[in-house]
Amino acid sequence: MTLKARVIPCLDVKDGRVVKGVNFVDLVDAGDPVEAAKAYDAAGADELCFLDITASHEGRDTIFDVVRRTAEACFMPLTVGGGVRSVEDIRRLLIAGADKVSINTAAVKEPDFVRHAAKKFGSQCIVVSIDAKQVNAAGEPERFEIFTHGGRNATGIDAVEFARKVVELGAGELLVTSMDRDGTKAGYNIALTRAIADAVPVPVIASGGVGALEHMVEGIRDGHATAVLAASIFHFGTYTIHEAKEHMAAAGIAMRLDA
Amino acid sequence: MSVAIIDYGSGNLHSAAKAFERAAREHGLAPDIRVTSDADTVARAERIVLPGVGAFADCKRGLAAVDGMIDALNEAVIGKGRPFLGICVGMQLMASRGLEFETSEGLGWIAGDVVEIRPSDATLKIPHMGWNTIDVKQPHPLLAGIETGPQGLHAYFVHSYHLAAANLGQVIATTDYGGAITAMVGRDNMAGTQFHPEKSQRLGLKLISNFLSWAP
Repeated sequence: MTLKARVIPCLDVKDGRVVKGVNFVDLVDAGDPVEAAKAYDAAGADELCFLDITASHEGRDTIFDVVRRTAEACFMPLTVGGGVRSVEDIRRLLIAGADKVSINTAAVKEPDFVRHAAKKFGSQCIVVSIDAKQVNAAGEPERFEIFTHGGRNATGIDAVEFARKVVELGAGELLVTSMDRDGTKAGYNIALTRAIADAVPVPVIASGGVGALEHMVEGIRDGHATAVLAASIFHFGTYTIHEAKEHMAAAGIAMRLDA
Repeated sequence: MSVAIIDYGSGNLHSAAKAFERAAREHGLAPDIRVTSDADTVARAERIVLPGVGAFADCKRGLAAVDGMIDALNEAVIGKGRPFLGICVGMQLMASRGLEFETSEGLGWIAGDVVEIRPSDATLKIPHMGWNTIDVKQPHPLLAGIETGPQGLHAYFVHSYHLAAANLGQVIATTDYGGAITAMVGRDNMAGTQFHPEKSQRLGLKLISNFLSWAP
């Protein structure tokens, strides 16, 4: 097979600005998500992801302009998530130029929303974002639970069961974030990634916890993901996209190195 | 030169239009690129692009719901021989029939059915989503100057169905995903790509500029 594993940088966007900035290249305006997107496009990223963390209602419309300007400049797939709660939210993002939208809290609260969205726009553009923590004690069978609100609120929902359910409802891809690893740089929760990837027929993106290039290899090789998402190691210039892809290729993973 | 990108309620046409503008600019062309749902504009256009995302039957219904559009397409593409490019489901619609969820008629320009991908390796994920290389089966002007084969450039795919053409001579390129999948079809003045040229960076922009200067 020659389908390549994907490396996806993810930018947190708030009120139309990149949170924490991106300092790996000489950007005119490192706070402009479009400038950062262009730099990642040129660097050979396989897809881009924007996570809109805007809290205020007034600020929410800024993402549409960011997506529109990005789609004018970057000819690569773009996924947008954060605050996607209605069919109208999805429609506006797709019209602005997003290729896929990721649904998180709304899918947990109302799984049927996934079915409506997939029916209306096609499974290919509906990503369900699953935030989960490993909740079993050491020595017990592995158990993973969905958390919302940035990992603060437990839901009691089994992550693997939830993954199966949203795929049946029409999700075309799953973004699996290990909330117990997010920000730790200790690597993806491979047990979580693999449990979900092996349970569903659709592609899984591993997320949460990347601190080293080897973690990306583990996400694909051991976690059975087909794509890896990372934020800070790229934004802070620790590694370039190309270094990540070269490292993964050297570990025997088929990568796209021509970009 | 006028280029009509057909808007029939399927997917994001903004980025497709921008990719066509960019490809044109890079190659010193200045076409009049219009996203349109007007059948007359399509009938008069010198080049026609039919995009599409989602399910075959939904897209077909959407296209049929635009007053006069299917007639305009047949008039321009079959009648006048205007260069035509179908993208993703827009390419699948060139087939005789689609078998996704329900059986529905396509435009009938390329004999064959749009069928589910069934990779020989059951662990392969569906949709076939991401970057893959393409293998040329019939040399084609739209692929001029594009490196193909296992070491070539990559194209971006996202689909669960593909066009199984009855006449293998109309399969321009395939891609490998647990077996050969149709990546590009064509005959005469029409071509279709299963991948998204507007999302395929270098390969895609080159293919689009080839389309803009194609003289079949």
